[in-house]
Amino acid sequence: MIPEIGHFALILALLLALVQSVLPLIGAQTGNARFLAVARPAAQAQFLFVVLAYACLVTAFLQNDFSVRNVALNSFSQLPAVYRFTASWGSHEGSMLLWALILAFWTMAVSVLSRRLPEDMVARVIGIMGLISVGFIAFLLFTSNPFDRLLPAPPDGRDLNPLLQDPGMVLHPPMLYMGYVGFSVTFAFAIAALLSGKLDAAWARWSRPWTTVAWTFLTMGIALGSWWAYIELGWGGWWFWDPTENASFMPWLAGTALIHSLAVTEKRGVFKSWTVLLAITAFSLSLLGTFLVRSGVLSSVHAFATDPARGAFILGFLALVIGGSLLLYALRAPTMLGSARFAAYSRESLLLANNVVLVSALGSVLLGTLYPLFLDALGMGKISVGAPYFNAVFVPLMVPVLFLMAVGPLTRWKGASLPDIVVRLRLAFAVAVVAAVAVPLAAGEFKPWVALGVGLAVWIVYGVALGFTDRLKHGSNLLALPRGFWGMQLAHLSMAFGIVGIALVSGYESQRNVKMAVGDTAQLAGYTFTFKGTEAYEGPNFHAARGHLVVKSASGSEFTLRPEKRLYNAGGMPMTEAGINYGVLRDIYVAMGEEIEPQVWTISLFYKPFIDWLWFAAALMALGGALAASDRRYRIALKDKATA
Amino acid sequence: MNKRLIPLIVFLVLAVFFAIGLTKNPREVPSPFIDKPAPAFRLPEVGNPGKTFGPEEMRGQVWMLNVWAPWCVSCRQEHGVLMQLQAQGVKLVGLNWKDKEREAAALLARLGSPYLSTVDDLDGRVGIDYGVTGTPETFVIDKGGIIRFKQTGPISEEVWKEKLEPMLKELAR
Repeated sequence: MIPEIGHFALILALLLALVQSVLPLIGAQTGNARFLAVARPAAQAQFLFVVLAYACLVTAFLQNDFSVRNVALNSFSQLPAVYRFTASWGSHEGSMLLWALILAFWTMAVSVLSRRLPEDMVARVIGIMGLISVGFIAFLLFTSNPFDRLLPAPPDGRDLNPLLQDPGMVLHPPMLYMGYVGFSVTFAFAIAALLSGKLDAAWARWSRPWTTVAWTFLTMGIALGSWWAYIELGWGGWWFWDPTENASFMPWLAGTALIHSLAVTEKRGVFKSWTVLLAITAFSLSLLGTFLVRSGVLSSVHAFATDPARGAFILGFLALVIGGSLLLYALRAPTMLGSARFAAYSRESLLLANNVVLVSALGSVLLGTLYPLFLDALGMGKISVGAPYFNAVFVPLMVPVLFLMAVGPLTRWKGASLPDIVVRLRLAFAVAVVAAVAVPLAAGEFKPWVALGVGLAVWIVYGVALGFTDRLKHGSNLLALPRGFWGMQLAHLSMAFGIVGIALVSGYESQRNVKMAVGDTAQLAGYTFTFKGTEAYEGPNFHAARGHLVVKSASGSEFTLRPEKRLYNAGGMPMTEAGINYGVLRDIYVAMGEEIEPQVWTISLFYKPFIDWLWFAAALMALGGALAASDRRYRIALKDKATA
Repeated sequence: MNKRLIPLIVFLVLAVFFAIGLTKNPREVPSPFIDKPAPAFRLPEVGNPGKTFGPEEMRGQVWMLNVWAPWCVSCRQEHGVLMQLQAQGVKLVGLNWKDKEREAAALLARLGSPYLSTVDDLDGRVGIDYGVTGTPETFVIDKGGIIRFKQTGPISEEVWKEKLEPMLKELAR
C-alpha cells in the first residue's frame, strides 16, 4: 500500500510541476498577475508531494518490503538501519528520486527567500525550475519507477552494494546533489534574465549567494567522495579521474569560474553575456554528468544498471534543456559587453584571465572524459583515458590560476599599476622561491613538481596575508571585516593547504605489498609493521577477518592498526576496510589482501605524507563558501523582507 | 556568423556523439574465455544425490551453461524465459553458484527446472575457472566444447531473439 501512495504522490507532483511551470511562465510573458501568483504555492505543494514520495520509499526500505523491486535489489534484511535508509538513494531509481527531491527543495527555498525580488522574475525562475522538475519526475515515472513491485516477492534482498556501506557514503550523495542541483537556481535566474531582457547588476546580486551555496555543497560532496574512495577502495588513492568523478568535478570548475565572473558582473556590470553562458554551462554540466553516469555511455566504477531507454530519455531531455537554453542565449544575450571600461591591468582583466584558464582546464577534463566515447562512436576502438593524460594537461593549466590567485585580490578594479604590484609582491616571490627549494630538499629528495606546489602555496599564503594587512591598515579590525572578504580569503587559503597536500603526497608517498605470516615484520618509511595475526568476527550482514598490526615509528611511539577483510553475506562480495592511523604530517594506511595460506596474508602498507591536508583544505574551502554566502548584504536583503 | 551560436553548435555536435554512444555498449568487452575450451569440472548434481556432471558429457551438442543462484533476483526474472527455451528444446545446464543456504533443489521443485541438469558449485571454484563475476551469466558452448559467447546479466526475450537464438542456430549447423 505504502509504495502505491508514493507512486501516486509522484504522479501528483508531476501534475503540480506542470502547473508550476506553465502558468507562471505564461503569466510573466503576458503580465497576468493571477498566473504569476500560482508560482509559489505550486512549487511548495510540489515539494510536499515529492517529500511524501520519498518518505514512502524510505519506509519501504526500513520495513524490508522486498516486494518492491528497488528494495529487493538494493537492501537486505540484515542490513543495519542506517544503511537501509541510505540504500534508498543507492540505486538508480532512488538516486533519481533524490535528485527530484533536492530540486523541489531548492525551488521551495527560492519561493520562500525571494520576497524582495520582482514578481515576474520569481515566477520565471520558479517556472523554469518547474520545467526541469517535470523532466525528472517524468523520467522517474516512465523509465525508472522506484516503486515497481516484484511479485512474487523474494524471501530476501540482494543487499546494498557493500562499497556503499560506509559512513562517507551516507552524506556524499545528498551533498553532491545539493551542489549539482543547486546550480539549477543560478541557471533559472540566467534564463529568466534572458527571457525578460533584464540582465543587470541586480540579477548578478541575486544569483551570487545561490551560486556560492551550491558550490559549497558541491565542494563538500566531492571531498566526501574522495575521502570515501581513500578509505574504502583499499588502494590508498584519493582521486582517480574516473568519469563519474569528472562528472562532478566539471560543474565544480564551471561553478568556480561562475562565482568569479558573477562578482565582476555585479560590481562592474561587465562580462554579462559571458556570465550568463557560464551559468548555463554549470548546470548543463550537472545534467551532462547525470546523463553520463545514468545512461551507461561511459563505463565507470559507479556501475548502475544501464538501460538504453533511460539514456535516450535523458539525452532528449538534455537536448531540450541545454539546446533550448543555448538557443535562447544565441538569440537574446546582450550584444554589448557593457559600458564600463577597465584597463589592461585591473582586477577585471585578472578575473577574466582566471575564467579563461579555468574554462580551458574544464575543457581539458571534458575532452579526456569524452574521448573514449568519441573514438568508440567513430568506430576507432575502445580506449580509456587515464590519470597520465589528466595530470599532464590539467595540472599545468592550474598553475596560472594559482599564481593569479595571490595577485587578483590585491589589484584594484578599473585599473591598477603593474609596477606597484610587482614591488609589493617581490618579497613574496623571493620567499616562495626559497621555500620551493628548501622544502623538497629538507624532505630528502628534490622533485620539481613538489617545489612548484610548495612555492605556489607560500605565494598564495603571502597574498592572503597582504590582503588582510591592507584591510587592517584602513582601520578596521578582523571581526569587523565583511564575511564576503573572509570567505574569499579562506577559500584562497584553502587552496594553499590543498596544493601542499597534493604535492607532498604525490611526491613522497611510498607503498609496499608484503606477504606476512604471524610475527613477521616489514619496514616502510621508517616505520616497523609487525603482523600479529587475524581474528574472525561477525558484522551485522558480513563476516570478517580483522587483522592486527602493531606499528612502531622511528621515534619509538607505537600504535595498532586493525584493517579488515569482509565477506558480505548476501552477494559473497569481498571488501577491504583499510586500517588508518591519521596524523597531521602523515597517514599510515594498511589494507588486507588475500589469505594465501592459513594465517599468511598479503598486506599492502602505505605511507601517505600530508594527505589529511586535502580534507582540511576542503573543509576550509566549504567554510569560506558558507561565510561568503552569509555576507551581511544578503542577510540585510532577508531582514528587509521579513519586515516588509 | 553570430558568435553566440558557437556554444549551441558545440553542444549539438556533442549530442550527436552521445546519440551514437547510446547505441554502443562500453561493457561489451570480449571475455578472455571466448573461443577457448570450456574449463572442465565434475560437480554433484542438485536434487540427484550421488550423480555428478561434467561438460564433456555434452560433446557434440550446442548447449548453454547458465550460472545462477537461488538468492539472485535477476535470475528469478530470467527463469521464465529459460523455461520457454527449455520447452523449445534448448539445452541448458545450470551452475548453481555459491548456494550456501542449500535452497536450489527446493526452489527448482517449486518453480520448475529449465535445466537438463544443475550442478552444485558450493564454494564457487568452478565459477572462478569460468571468470564469473556475478549472476546470472550464460555461456554458449559449441559441439566441440568451445565457449562461443558469454551473456552477462539476465537473458531477456530480446537478448534471446536478437543474440542467442541466431547464434545457436548457426552453431547447430
